[in-house]
Order: sequence, then C-alpha cells, then structure tokens
Amino acid sequence: MSQATAPAASSPSPPAPPAAQKDGRTVERSLGRRLLARPEVGALIAAIGVYVFFFAVAPSFREAGSLATVLYQASVMGIMALPVALLMIGGEFDLSAGVAVTTSALTAAILSFQLTVNVWTGVFVALIVSLAVGAFNGWLLIRTGLPSFLVTLGSFLILQGSNLAVTKIFTGNVASDSIADMDGFDQAKSIFASEVTIGGVDFKITIFYWLAFAAIATWLLLRTKFGNWIFAVGGSQDSARAVGVPVNFTKVALFMGVGAGAWFVGMHLLFSFNTVQSNEGVGNEFLYIIAAVIGGCLLTGGYGSAIGPVIGAFIFGMVNQGIVYANWNPDWFKAFLGVMLLIAALVNLWVRRQATRR
Amino acid sequence: MTPTNTTAAPSDATPATDTPVVELRGAGKAYGNVRALHGVDLTVHPGKVTCVLGDNGAGKSTLIKIVSGLHQHTEGEFLVDGTPVRFTTPREALDAGIATVYQDLATVPLMPVWRNFFLGSEMTKGPWPIRRLDIEKMKQTADAELRNMGIVLDDLEQPIGTLSGGQRQCVAIARAVYFGARVLILDEPTAALGVKQSGVVLKYIAAARDRGLGVIFITHNPHHAYMVGDHFSVLRLGTMELSAARDQVTLEELTNHMAGGTELAALKHELAQVRGVDVDELPEEKDLTAPGASTKDGAA
Repeated sequence: MSQATAPAASSPSPPAPPAAQKDGRTVERSLGRRLLARPEVGALIAAIGVYVFFFAVAPSFREAGSLATVLYQASVMGIMALPVALLMIGGEFDLSAGVAVTTSALTAAILSFQLTVNVWTGVFVALIVSLAVGAFNGWLLIRTGLPSFLVTLGSFLILQGSNLAVTKIFTGNVASDSIADMDGFDQAKSIFASEVTIGGVDFKITIFYWLAFAAIATWLLLRTKFGNWIFAVGGSQDSARAVGVPVNFTKVALFMGVGAGAWFVGMHLLFSFNTVQSNEGVGNEFLYIIAAVIGGCLLTGGYGSAIGPVIGAFIFGMVNQGIVYANWNPDWFKAFLGVMLLIAALVNLWVRRQATRR
Repeated sequence: MTPTNTTAAPSDATPATDTPVVELRGAGKAYGNVRALHGVDLTVHPGKVTCVLGDNGAGKSTLIKIVSGLHQHTEGEFLVDGTPVRFTTPREALDAGIATVYQDLATVPLMPVWRNFFLGSEMTKGPWPIRRLDIEKMKQTADAELRNMGIVLDDLEQPIGTLSGGQRQCVAIARAVYFGARVLILDEPTAALGVKQSGVVLKYIAAARDRGLGVIFITHNPHHAYMVGDHFSVLRLGTMELSAARDQVTLEELTNHMAGGTELAALKHELAQVRGVDVDELPEEKDLTAPGASTKDGAA
C-alpha cells in the first residue's frame, strides 16, 4: 500500500505534482499479470486447445473448406453473442434473444409476402419490431425492477407462442411462405447471405460482418463513454447512478442492441433459406450466453470483453463441426459443450483471481 | 462540470467565514408520523470541517440525505450561499457543488481507477460518430489530481476493488474535489476501516479542507472527529444535543456526549438490579470518557 508521505495539510498550496518522472508508481504489475487480467485469455487458451485437439483427431478438419464451415457456424451464433455479451457485462440477461431472431425473420417474411411489397419493406419493419422488443424488455426491467431473467423469460414465451400462432394464421403452416421470387430479394440476399471466394474457398459473408461487429463492439466498450457506462451499470448499478451515469438509458440501449443483433441474424437466415420455420431459435439464447461466458464475461456483470464471445463462438463452431469431421455421433455435441462451459468458467475464475491478486 | 483549477484553489484556504456555504436553520424531517429530525442548526464554512456525530438512529443519515438532495426537509430552512433551496435530486445538489461520498457507494470495484475517477463525467474527443474517450488525458489528469491530494497509486489500470477501503474513499474524495465540489459530505468514511486506513482518510479530509472545501464529516467516532473537526454537532434521537466550536469543547466532553454519559449511568443502575453483574467495577459517570484521550488531543 503506497501513500504519499504527507498530505497537502501542512502547506496552503498543494505540492506541485512530482514531475512526470515515470511516476512514483512503485511497482508496475508484471506483463504476465496484466495479460492474464484480460478477460479473454482463458478462452484463447481453450480455443487453441480445442483446435489442436480436432486438428489431431479429424483429418478433414485440417482442410480450408472445413475452416470456412467452422467460421460460418461460429459467425451466425457469434453475431448474436456480441450484443448478448455487452448486455451481460451491463449486468442483465436476455432469454428472448434466441426466438427474437425467428420473430424478426418471420416479420420480414410474412409482411413482405402478405402485402406483396418489396422485401426491403419487410426488412425495415422487422428492424423496428426487433428494436421494439428490445426496448420493451429494457423498459419493463427498469419500470418493474424485476430481474431480467424473469422479464425476458416472459418475453421469450410471448415471442415463442406468437411466432407459431401468427405464422399459422397467415400460412396455415409452421413455416413462412418462400419469398425467393419477390422484389428486392436478390439484392437483400447479396447483402445478408452472400459468399466471398478467397483462394478457391467460399466464405459466407456473415464471417466478415461478425468480425467487423466485434471490432465495433470492442471499440464501443473500451473507447467510448457508453462503454464506460456499460461496465459501470453491470459492476455496481447504484454507484453508477450516484455519480450521474444514465443507468436506465444504458440498459434500454443494451437490450435494443440485442434486438438489432437478432434482426441481423434473422435477415441472414431468411435470405439464406427463403423461408423461416416458426419454431426455430428456441434454446439458442443459452448458446449465446455460453459463448459470452466461455469468452470470459462475468455472469454477474461488470467484467468482460467483446473479443471473448468471438473466441467463445469460434470454440462453439469448432466443437460443432469437429465432432462431425471426427466421425463421432453428433449427439455428443451438447455434452462436449457442457464440459467446455464448466472448464471455461473454472479457468475464468482462476484467471480473475490471479489478475486481481497483487 | 467545471473542474476546479487545482492550482488556484488553495488561495481560498483562508476562508471568508461570513456566509456559510451550507446552512440549516431549525431544519427537520418527518416521515409520516415519525419525526426523524427536528430543529437542527448546522453551518458549513469553506475551509472548515463540520463534524456530525451521533449514535445509530440519531438522525445523521436523514441529515445528510437532506443536504445531498435525496430527501427534502419538512421544517426549517436549508440555505446554500445564503439562498433558501430545496433539492429534489442528488444531481441538483451536485450542480450546487455539494458532493457526497458514501461509505460503500463510492466506486465500481471491477473498473480501473482512472475509469472510476471519471465515471459519469468522461472526457471525450473527436466528432460524434467517432467521439471517443480521451484516455491519455484522463489518466494524466487522474494521476495529477490524486497526487495533488497526496495519493500515489502503483497503477491506475488496476481495478479499484484491489485498493484498500481507505484508498477507495480517498479516490472518491479526490474525484469530488476535482469535479468542483465546494462542500464535501463524507458519510462515515472511517466506519469500516482499520486504524491505519482511518488515519489515511483523515489526512485527505484535512487535505480537502486546506484546499478550501467545506467538509461535513459524519461519524460516530469522537476521536476521529476531534482530529480534524472545527465544529462539532452531536445528534441524539433526531435533535441537536450539542453544537460547539473546537475551542468550546474538549475531547472528553465530546466523548461523553457521544457515549451518552447520563444514559450509561442509568444503564449501570439497571445492571445493578441484575444478579451477577459487579457494578462496583463499572466506572462512574464522570469517568465515562476515553482514557488516553488527552494525548490524542494534541495530535490533531
């Protein structure tokens, strides 16, 4: 514990700050310590381990095409994991995130088809609906003070039920009608669901969106006022409020961020498959949360990064595909994921103890 | 948010004592039928430390809640710079230069020291879409401000939760000073601290005072109060039991008022009725003062 030798008490004028000689900071924490203090380090170690493991046991995992598939799997889930992770750093959950993706896709598909309008109209309305769902979650949370677990569990059920019922009303079926031949479809597909060929390998465009969004989220989190507020409302909501952080604004914005993510992934799924199954998405909310936790976000909020869930989603993609490439029974996937989750949670716990120890 | 010019501030160190920054005249607060506070007079002058002492439930919290804008008074007057005011939110109090440092609400533990220092009032640069934190400037300013208050930290990047309780309080005090506080309310800053850490906090209270701030120091430790206080107000059951300047009261008297000498005498009488308590060994009322207090007296 280092303190100044004497406070300004003795003299009326405070002593001039000891000139910027690399400070009186007695000990800099070692580089290793500071590296370990990064939230995503545990996940990175795990990701390398999983990669090496499947590289060794599954020959087809080594091909570039496989990497593209793994990355695609990771990106679809990873795009949603980003806003979910930010929300988790802000101290809240969103259990409706999985079905919200389907809601968004259904909205665009049914609206465009029923009104026979350009698909872009549907895409735009779906964005409004998705943001509104997020805003509703956030509003209910701050108005009632209920835990977000309960609030979003409610909206999860509402959305899940509405997805099925509304789809049946319009199509008499559990899936939306195909919008593949409608105006603007090809254009929208090129934006949301095209492929980019690099070196003879087709990479889905979502991979690039995913990495770009991750970069934006990282910048937002570490370099902006809003990012500061996210950490603050998650770390200690009352302290944040006491020093003037707009806590309610921050939380609603985070929920709306999840809505925006759900919209984007929903549009990708819609324009990839032309049609949407209304019962999809259930259970995905946990995958997003798992990716964030594996990526080092603290379940109780106030700690984490946007790079972490990228790595978490990458691990998810590797395990998901690796099991197939290794010719194992894919039923093992969930079991494997559960083990990964527990290991990640333990590693993160250990890492954090190391980092905060002085 | 106009940060005080830190180099110019000490010129106020010899305060003009005419108009108090904050004054309560016969102020009181009733919650429904319960009168939590009644007829309290309190003045806070720049460059002076006003100590508010009292047992649990004496009305200390109600008093600071009125001054910090969390609650409104229901009787009497509350004046800032001689003008009657009635704050409805803590933000209004902050804008009037009244900053409150709560014992446990001061900081966000997992965030780095410099982020905590500027939380809610971050410095930014650049135009809107890419407006971003001015991290270098914030770190430099935080470092300089903490040094000005005599706080030297190993590493501003470390989570503030890794600091000791006393250091956290000190960072919160330095933050309030930097963001233009003229009156600093400290809610039992030494309550959860050990002896050494309490000493650290007391040093920074003195440092804040010498920079021309009016300090309201809430505590139930008369020894801590007497080390830095210029004026002492003792609350008991919502009313003012004692209000005295430093030269009108000794530490012994203060301790006696705090300990409730008369109540203790009554308690002793009651204990005498209970078998097995040897009341002869208990001190007399006049002895119910802190031993060794006179030596600490000079240390302030």
